[in-house]
Formats: sequence, C-alpha cells, structure tokens
Amino acid sequence: MKTLTDVLSQVEQYAAAELRPRAGRFEAQEAIPREVLQGLAKHGIFGATLPTIYGGLALDPIQYGQLTEMVGKACNSVRELLTVHVSLVGESILRWGTGEQKQYWLPKMATGEVLAAFALTEPEVGSDANGIDSSYRQEGDHFILNGRKKWISFGDLADLYLVLASRGDEMTAFLVDSTMTGVSTTKMSNLLASNASHLAEIHFQDVEVPLGNVLGRVGGGFAYVVNSALDHGRYSIAWAGVAIAQEALDGMVTYGRTRRQGGRVIGAYAEVQQMIAEASVNIHASRALCIAAGQKRRDKHPDAVIETTMAKYFTSKMAMKVATDAVQVFGGNGFSREYPVERLFREAKALEIIEGTSQVLQPVIAQHALRTCYQQGWWRA
Amino acid sequence: MSTHEKIRHYIESNLVTFDASEAPFTDDDNIFEKGFLNSMFAMQMLTYIETEFNLTVDNDDLELINFSTVNNIVGLIEKKQRGRSSA
Ligand SMILES: Cc1cc2nc3c(=O)[nH]c(=O)nc-3n(C[C@H](O)[C@H](O)[C@H](O)COP(=O)(O)OP(=O)(O)OC[C@H]3O[C@@H](n4cnc5c(N)ncnc54)[C@H](O)[C@@H]3O)c2cc1C
Repeated sequence: MKTLTDVLSQVEQYAAAELRPRAGRFEAQEAIPREVLQGLAKHGIFGATLPTIYGGLALDPIQYGQLTEMVGKACNSVRELLTVHVSLVGESILRWGTGEQKQYWLPKMATGEVLAAFALTEPEVGSDANGIDSSYRQEGDHFILNGRKKWISFGDLADLYLVLASRGDEMTAFLVDSTMTGVSTTKMSNLLASNASHLAEIHFQDVEVPLGNVLGRVGGGFAYVVNSALDHGRYSIAWAGVAIAQEALDGMVTYGRTRRQGGRVIGAYAEVQQMIAEASVNIHASRALCIAAGQKRRDKHPDAVIETTMAKYFTSKMAMKVATDAVQVFGGNGFSREYPVERLFREAKALEIIEGTSQVLQPVIAQHALRTCYQQGWWRA
Repeated sequence: MSTHEKIRHYIESNLVTFDASEAPFTDDDNIFEKGFLNSMFAMQMLTYIETEFNLTVDNDDLELINFSTVNNIVGLIEKKQRGRSSA
C-alpha cells in the first residue's frame, strides 16, 4: 500500500516533470491537456480530502494544504482545479449530500471521471452573493432552473456543476449535470491570468433538475452550502498564495545567484537581499497562518473559520507583493514570457479577488478583533 | 455551564456590535433578524453545536428556524441528545 509520503512525493515528481515546465504553455493554449488531467488522476489527487470509502486519499487539512502548495507552485491552474473540484464541490457534497448523492458522485469525483465546478457568480452579482438572480421554481417532481453564471473556473470542462439559484428570499444549491438539456457554456478568453482554468459563462435555460439533485435543504443554499464551500475555498486559496510566493522566491534566489551586474551576482546587493529577506519572512509567516488554520480545521475548532479568513486575506496580499518583487529582481526579464515570474505576478492578483475579495473579508476580520480584543479594564478613552 | 448558558454565551461572543448592551436578545428573539451576526454565523454555529455537544445535525434539521432562537437551538440539541441516548 502506498503511504501518504509516497503519494506526495510522486505528485511532487509529476509536478516537476509535467506541470512546472508546461504551465506557461497551458496558459498560452488556454487549456490543460486531457492527458495531464489523467496523469493527475492516477495519483489520486482529485479525491484528496475525500474519505477512502469513496476512493479518496483522506488527507487531513494540513496534508491537503501541503498538496495544494506543491501543485500550486508548479501550475496555478491545476491548483485552481483542486480548489473548485475538491474544496468547493467535493467538500460540499461530503458535508451536505444525502447518502445516495455521496455514493453516486464522490467515487467518480475521486477518480477524476467526473470533474466538478462551483457556479455562484453571475454577470451582475459577485461579492453580494446573497443577491443572485438565477432562479428556480418547482414543477411536479423537478425544479426548473434559469439563469446565467460567469467566471466559473473549469466551467468549460466540468461534468458536474454545483449551482446556486434563488426563489424570492431563499437560495438553494443544486447538483447539475453538464449534459442536462438547457445547459450551455461559453468559454472566457484573453484574461489577465487563469487562461488555462477553462473559465466559462454557463447558461441555464429551463433546465429540469430532479428534486433529488438539491444539495442540502431547499432554502439552505446560502447559510450553509455557500458559506461552508467558500470557507473551504478560502483555505485552499490561502495555500495557493503560499505556493505562488514560494515559487516566486525560488525564482528570485535562483536568478539572483546567477545574474551578474557590475561584476557581482545581483543577489550580493543589499537592495536585492532586502526583497529576498522580506519575501522569505512573509512566506514563513503565511505558511504558519495556514498551518494554524489547518490545525483548527482538523480539530473543528470554532475559530477555524476566522483563522482561515485571516490566512486567505494575508497570504493573497503577500503573494501579490512577493510576485511583484520577483518581477523587480528579474528586471527586464521579469517582463518576458520566457521567464515564469510575469505569470506568477498575474496569477497572484486573482487570489485577492476570488473567494471573497480582500475588501469584503476586511470587515469580517475587523469585527472579530473588535469583539475579541476589547479589554474592559484598560486603554479606555 | 448548562446547554442554555453555553449557547447564549456563544452567540453573545459572536455579536457584531460595539456594546453587548446595545444588542439585547431574549431566548425567543430571532437572532438572525436582529442583524447582529454576520453571514457566516449559521455555519459556525452548526460546527460549534456539533463539536461542543458531540452530535451530528442532519440535513432534515437544518431549517434556519431550528437555529434562529436560543430556545430553538437548545431544543434541537436536547432532541438530538435524547435521540442518541435512546438509540
Ligand atoms: C480567475 C477567477 C476565477 C473565478 N472562479 C470562480 C468560480 O469558480 N466560481 C464562481 O462562482 N466565481 C468565480 N469567480 C468570480 C469571483 O468569485 C468574483 O469575481 C468575486 O467574488 C468578486 O465579484 P465581482 O467580480 O462581481 O466583483 P464585485 O463584487 O463587483 O467587486 C468589485 C469591487 O468592489 C469591491 N466591493 C464589492 N462589495 C464590497 C463591499 N461590500 N465592501 C467593500 N468593497 C466591496 C470589491 O472588493 C472589488 O474591489 C472567479 C473570478 C476570477 C477572477
């Protein structure tokens, strides 16, 4: 039997051989080739956190974080697939699915036979997720789904969508097969980054969804499914920030030790070392935040959600800063597609936008501090 | 602490307000309608209940009404605990 260490080390080798050298090409071709997805499936990563009874690897949150960092360092779009397939959809079915839904979908998801995407955002509704326009109504033994989703990672490739739609004030989550009549997609192209992430608009026109495809309760879409899915998504994005930043630091150091100017390698200059030092400390701090959040998630601690939010907030900003400095260290070459830092710089930006923008997360973090750091006795005005 | 005290304490420690005395709520007030809790609270409350009282809340019990007042939450926990001890 393969141990977890075996799995992780095989994924690392696969990432080094098949993902890192090709990530730029995937972006240019705006697709991850099928055979790469099959290669990843062989290592079991599509069932990373799913229990072994469903064919998953049963990784705990910290191990899953390590896997996310490993994959994300090599290719951000493959990491994005893990985020939507495992964290957003897999975890949601595991948490809210009926026995039948779990039996049906999870084994197929674990092998990668079914790839899943999370469809919440719409052309007119992003941060204010509670206000989505996609609608459903009940007719006999099924719901009729109508609406348009946008910015759906792997929407162009996925076989299964977790779709959020509303009926008046209530929101419900549906499991929608991409082959259902009335479902169509339009691939999104020419994006700043994540071009290989198969982003798409998804159109639902009078799609007949059986009652048995509701995930969780009718009306429980926002309070439970969306909130818990985004919590898992944020945890994944927090590690994605560590991944991009670590890759950028590896690049800075390697380039800094080999590029010569003024008779010395540029890594010998204090100003370059300052950027390397800052990046190094920030990455360590970020990883520590992610591990702390991971431990709380593993222990189902009540602060897991807020610590995950903080980790996502911090590491996404940190990744942007480190990737910006990496471009600086590469100088003109930082502008060239021949070096991967410009891609890391573009990819980092998305992390500050997805799974709750930094601005949307800020008040949540502030409110937590305002509640927990208030000292009755001292410091009063 | 009794179940009732634990639940009140947990809600009070999660109120989004500058002064708890500004946010009085009775055991029968709908805590979500009062607007003192952020949108992630329902899910956090669920995790808290499952962990603190070592029980599983099924989809059938996930109606927001079960979580909307202190008395309803305590009622749900006690129902689950009774179900467990009679199982
Ligand atoms: C690469 C990529 C992948 C994505 N993948 C998916 C996916 O798989 N599934 C999916 O459903 N969605 C996906 N999205 C969409 C993403 O979740 C949204 O873009 C994000 O939630 C922000 O919504 P928006 O774009 O509508 O921006 P808006 O909500 O319109 O925000 C615009 C600006 O206003 C600010 N703002 C908005 N509301 C507030 C507020 N209350 N307080 C302060 N500032 C505020 C924001 O911070 C931001 O700066 C993806 C997006 C990208 C870029």
